[in-house]
Amino acid sequence: MTAATDRAPAPATEVVHVGRPRAKRRVGSYVFLTLAAIFWIAPVLWTLYTALRPVSDTDAHGYFSWPRMLTLENFINAWNQGDIIHYFLNSVYITVPAVLITLFLSTCVAYVVSRWSFKFNLVMLLIFTAGNLLPQQVFLAPLFKVYLAISLPDWLSDSGKLYDSLFGLVAINVSFQMGFCVFVLSNFMKTIPHEITEAALVDGASVWTQYWKLTLPLCRPALAAMATLLTTWIYNDFFWAVALISTGSKYPITTAILNLKGTYAVNNNLLAAGAMIIAIPTLAVYFALQRQFISGLTLGSTKA
Amino acid sequence: MRRLTRRDSVVLGLMLGIPLLIDLAFIWGPAIASVFLSFTNAQGARAVAWIGGENYHFMATVDYEFWPAVRHNLLWLGVFIVIATPLGMLFAVLLNNNIKGTRIYQSIFFLPVMLSLALIGIIWQLMYSPDNGLINNIIGKTGQGNQIDWLGDPHINLWAVLVEATWRQAGYVMVLYLAGLKAVDPSLQEAASLDGANAWQMFWRVVFPTLRPINIVILVVTVIESLRAFDLVYITNGGTNGLELLSAIITQQILGAGNKIGYGSAIGVVLLVISLVPIVYFLTVQFRKEKQP
Repeated sequence: MTAATDRAPAPATEVVHVGRPRAKRRVGSYVFLTLAAIFWIAPVLWTLYTALRPVSDTDAHGYFSWPRMLTLENFINAWNQGDIIHYFLNSVYITVPAVLITLFLSTCVAYVVSRWSFKFNLVMLLIFTAGNLLPQQVFLAPLFKVYLAISLPDWLSDSGKLYDSLFGLVAINVSFQMGFCVFVLSNFMKTIPHEITEAALVDGASVWTQYWKLTLPLCRPALAAMATLLTTWIYNDFFWAVALISTGSKYPITTAILNLKGTYAVNNNLLAAGAMIIAIPTLAVYFALQRQFISGLTLGSTKA
Repeated sequence: MRRLTRRDSVVLGLMLGIPLLIDLAFIWGPAIASVFLSFTNAQGARAVAWIGGENYHFMATVDYEFWPAVRHNLLWLGVFIVIATPLGMLFAVLLNNNIKGTRIYQSIFFLPVMLSLALIGIIWQLMYSPDNGLINNIIGKTGQGNQIDWLGDPHINLWAVLVEATWRQAGYVMVLYLAGLKAVDPSLQEAASLDGANAWQMFWRVVFPTLRPINIVILVVTVIESLRAFDLVYITNGGTNGLELLSAIITQQILGAGNKIGYGSAIGVVLLVISLVPIVYFLTVQFRKEKQP
């Protein structure tokens, strides 16, 4: 199958029922799936329930009890005490540029290796794809040294270094995510008929025009899927800030969870509320853009 | 291909060259440099001396965290292969049968994939909490003396964290399989059905073989994810006390108080060599056909 067919919204095709669909087996499936679904949703519901209960209630009756009242108070307190807006903004300052730069650079590479037949194309693809598959810790030590060694002007980093700067986090996220994007986008671009771009070449269009005006617009669905995926992944990234940021106030929200655990002390209600707040952006993506997210994942996997 | 103008070749060169330079500077350069660093005693800011294979010797014979970490990574891989992946597959196969409410089930199983692993760690801490967690309350183990400390007891905490990891991984596998199953030609199944194949034979003899490309992707994803596992153990207790993983002990060595960059690199090289197995396998399968014109 080609990548292009994956983009179609899941069609409600009439799938032939496996074997003779006996009622018993159907009931068995439902029972199994329903039990699994309850198990799957329970942790999220438990967190939400904990977040909605006043501390006075849980202190008096324990967490495992019927609610006397529900309140949004924990969410307000978690928001204020945790200074959540500050960390959210850090995440935005990291995620937005990182996603845009990653998409731009990887479409460039994908365009060159998929629309032109250079001898080194395969090697390039291998370098980018393999780089994305390495565990991050493999190259952590030298990267740490490089980050300490590179100086940046003050307007770019108040630490004066690549280490402990948001700019440094953008750089490593771009470098690391580029590999996957190049892989997926080059597969996608290969499915665009060559006639389309060749005609333009005959008309004397430059390489840049061919890339920017002809190829990119045709990649819109793949770009939307990748943008969704990258935003979620970079927003959710925890490790790079642990490794390359030393000032807690520069943490993106996902890594700031480490400190919030301390800020909220042992107040589980606040911690639960904080956790739900932090999940909101990804849950928004989940509800609004689930299809893009899934097609991004499967674009990378079902290329046959 | 027509002959390129000079301007066009410069543009093409930049389009490929700049990303390549970034990739080499931030990923491959450091990966190769860590091989060199692993033979040195690099630590903090002090002068670096070549010490041969001493780090590796220390790792294998003295470091009491190394072998447990290797065992834990293997266990992680085992659980992913034996439990998480088949479970995700089962979800996908059952939900692909146009079952009523399939979208709702899919959304529920997929939910954890959207959450960051750090958040998953927090959510499960609320589940596992010895006196306030849902689990101990349901099984009645909250009293003094009979509490189960799921995440604190080094005999069981790895299994507890593996439940969290499976919670996420199964949904991921399900989504990949659902995409693969949509591509299976229904007429194949129809034919097999007419020949009297039962559901079990149908899946293993007809459907599963046609899913080969996706099986390879899932196998590679499974192995790589278990080598990469880090966030869950780090958010739980920093990757100690029963939760040692290769990724976590590397991180501790390099970023911890000692800044043992040389020694951390040596463990990193071990992880690199292991990771190259699935990576090379994946790339060979994936790009083999492209070499043939």
